[in-house]
Amino acid sequence: MSIAPACPLPIQQHETVQMAHGAGGRLSQALMQRIFMPHLSNAFLDQLDDQAKFDIPAGRAAFTTDTYVVSPVFFPGGNIGELAVNGTVNDLAVGGARPLYLSAGFVLEEGLPLQELEIIVRSMAEAARKAGVLIVTGDTKVVGRGQCDKLFINTSGIGIVRKDVSVSCRNLRHGDSIILSGSVGDHGMAIMTTREGLSFQSGITSDSAPLNAMIEAVLEAVPTVHAMRDPTRGGVAATLNELAVSSYAGIEIHEGTVPVRDDVRGACELLGIDPFHVANEGKLVLSVAAADAPKVLEVMRAFDCGREAAVIGSVVADHPGMVVMRTAFGSRRVIDLPLGEQLPRIC
Amino acid sequence: MKYIDEFRDPQLARQLLQEISRKTTRHWTIMEICGGQTHSIMRNGIDQLLPEGIELVHGPGCPVCVTPLESIERALAIASQENVIFSSFGDMLRVPGSSKDLFMVRSEGGDVRIVYSPLDALQIARENPSKEVVFFAVGFETTAPANAMAVYQAAREGMANFSVLVSQVLVPPAMRAILSAPGNRVQGFLAAGHVCAVMGYSEYEPIAAEFGVPIVPTGFEPLDLLAGILKTVEMLEAGTPGVANRYGRVVQREGNPAAQEVIRKVFEVVDRQWRGIGMIPMSGLGLSREYDRFNAEKKFGVSHIVASESPLCMSGSVLQGKLKPDECPAFGRECTPLHPLGATMVSSEGACAAYYNYHRNVSFP
Amino acid sequence: MCLAIPGKLLEISLENGLKMGVVDVNGTKTRACLEYVPEIREGQYTIVHAGFALKVIDEEEAAESLKLWQELIDSGAFDHDGEMPYSAAT
Repeated sequence: MSIAPACPLPIQQHETVQMAHGAGGRLSQALMQRIFMPHLSNAFLDQLDDQAKFDIPAGRAAFTTDTYVVSPVFFPGGNIGELAVNGTVNDLAVGGARPLYLSAGFVLEEGLPLQELEIIVRSMAEAARKAGVLIVTGDTKVVGRGQCDKLFINTSGIGIVRKDVSVSCRNLRHGDSIILSGSVGDHGMAIMTTREGLSFQSGITSDSAPLNAMIEAVLEAVPTVHAMRDPTRGGVAATLNELAVSSYAGIEIHEGTVPVRDDVRGACELLGIDPFHVANEGKLVLSVAAADAPKVLEVMRAFDCGREAAVIGSVVADHPGMVVMRTAFGSRRVIDLPLGEQLPRIC
Repeated sequence: MKYIDEFRDPQLARQLLQEISRKTTRHWTIMEICGGQTHSIMRNGIDQLLPEGIELVHGPGCPVCVTPLESIERALAIASQENVIFSSFGDMLRVPGSSKDLFMVRSEGGDVRIVYSPLDALQIARENPSKEVVFFAVGFETTAPANAMAVYQAAREGMANFSVLVSQVLVPPAMRAILSAPGNRVQGFLAAGHVCAVMGYSEYEPIAAEFGVPIVPTGFEPLDLLAGILKTVEMLEAGTPGVANRYGRVVQREGNPAAQEVIRKVFEVVDRQWRGIGMIPMSGLGLSREYDRFNAEKKFGVSHIVASESPLCMSGSVLQGKLKPDECPAFGRECTPLHPLGATMVSSEGACAAYYNYHRNVSFP
Repeated sequence: MCLAIPGKLLEISLENGLKMGVVDVNGTKTRACLEYVPEIREGQYTIVHAGFALKVIDEEEAAESLKLWQELIDSGAFDHDGEMPYSAAT
């Protein structure tokens, strides 16, 4: 008795991303049906058109885009997927906009385990749900092994700006209070301490979080907030410098008022890195008239992502365009833009 | 943080400052040797709080700053080679050679990796037996034990694919060079606490005696620095040169004998070029004959590479305390951390970078 | 030069024939080579530079210097007005 040779059918079920997943054929469809649609499905996306069509409420729209290339893609406290949603949500929210719709573009590296992709897509869906936004259109491309690091994600977002609000980094006013929503450096150090070659262990987790609910509550209570920024790359130092330069105003920060988690501080001391220069992914810096600061703090502290909110300094008449730290000893130093990549140092 | 926070207490700092003021009756010029101390002084604004009579000048104790241009050029040449994994402390990647830095080598396809410990470089060599792994062994006496152990261990394991590009320097010869230089203004030293943790401070005793200066091993936290300055001022005012330790929790007179033993095995004292200063005889460490097979300069045939520095850069005068960074005509103009002319503008503990980052354009009360 | 940070030794191990340890710095743990501090015991604090423990911190000495400075205050050698002594002398 012999077994008839089976006709060699193409393999339909892969465990890793293949070039064909991005070629627009059967495998592309399979990827949509198996990975993306089960998690991201909504009335707009389900149309499977080349574009999403929706009505925009009257008023000013805000539009933003950002590309996410974090390594490693899974890090303590999150992954690239939720980062890509939260980041774009926050970029809209700090402009005083209510985020509505997001697009998601994926560049996948050949060989990426589909299981990992699914985890990332699932956490994007969860992040979108938490932030109250819909991912309404998307795209997937596959590149050869080694041409990208697992996957890159681009998200763009559209939101509607509140009518009563006018925030801009050019709006700092003399006498404003500078408020920070919580501890600095968590995201960057969570990434840094997991990097290959640096033998560290810590419980540091990324602070990746959507800020839109908190920002909306703040603006509801105090629509006259002057400026808002989320201090991501370059850390709080870069954000404060941007505000100072854009408004041609001086900012004075008081050392000791800026919360830094204990383990983040430990890691920063070990590696010789200034927590002010380290990236955050769920923090807010805002500038508001001093009289309104207590109200803003009260509102922020009711949210998880704003529990440690504090006034860290003020807008001053001196040194326009510069950020100066008043040290615990009463002396002053300039807080400058960080210089490129943060490197561990021995000296 | 234990052993850090207690030594940053503002109230105690205030008391130490008052005591320094009380003891100071005239102008004194004190050099902190170590760039880490310079960084801490600038970061905490300690120089602004001292009485007018106390002038701090900043010493050459920044390994990144004094690593000679030719070592950088040799590093770039080795890192550019096929089949080489070049590993380095993060500090060195931005230091400019005459036309590029290690970052640029990496962007051109070189395999340049940042390590935290020299043993991490050794681990890379174990994991990549078909590659040549080179470690850029820079540093003062503080880093010498770590660099020496990597070589010592490589020898013990019989590793053939590991080598080091050595640019180790020593503090005491540099202090002698500064004190002997015409126009020297330095009257007392804060010695580098972590160098002394390794070497102890007996080797400073003859220098203090010969030149009649106080030398005070000092730590890095604000209170440590103030205590070191206070002791130096007391000795200057009393006219009693000598060596007095103010970093007792870390420094003992004899230093760390176990570390010194491995340094002596692996290294020997050699003449060394200092960037911005020039050749100082017997001021560095090179591999001893027994360990010379780990010498990357010989292994890769780069010993012939020489280089000269930008004529605009006055880092030599800065490193010897003759010039304050912001007195240099290029400071903040041709020379910034983004476009450094010399290494003192590169390392975050380089005096020029510390001035640029923390003090630039701000007139303090 | 020479960033060296105090941390607490949590455990001792042997790797590739070298005495190694895990040192905790405020909740972040790092591996450090202990070959140069053969006398160190778990629970002691050490100064770590470039992945090497260079010295066991002398607790008595640390307490002593802090006590000395505190005594300067207590002895009444200083004013207590909290003002920075910008021009107190010279």
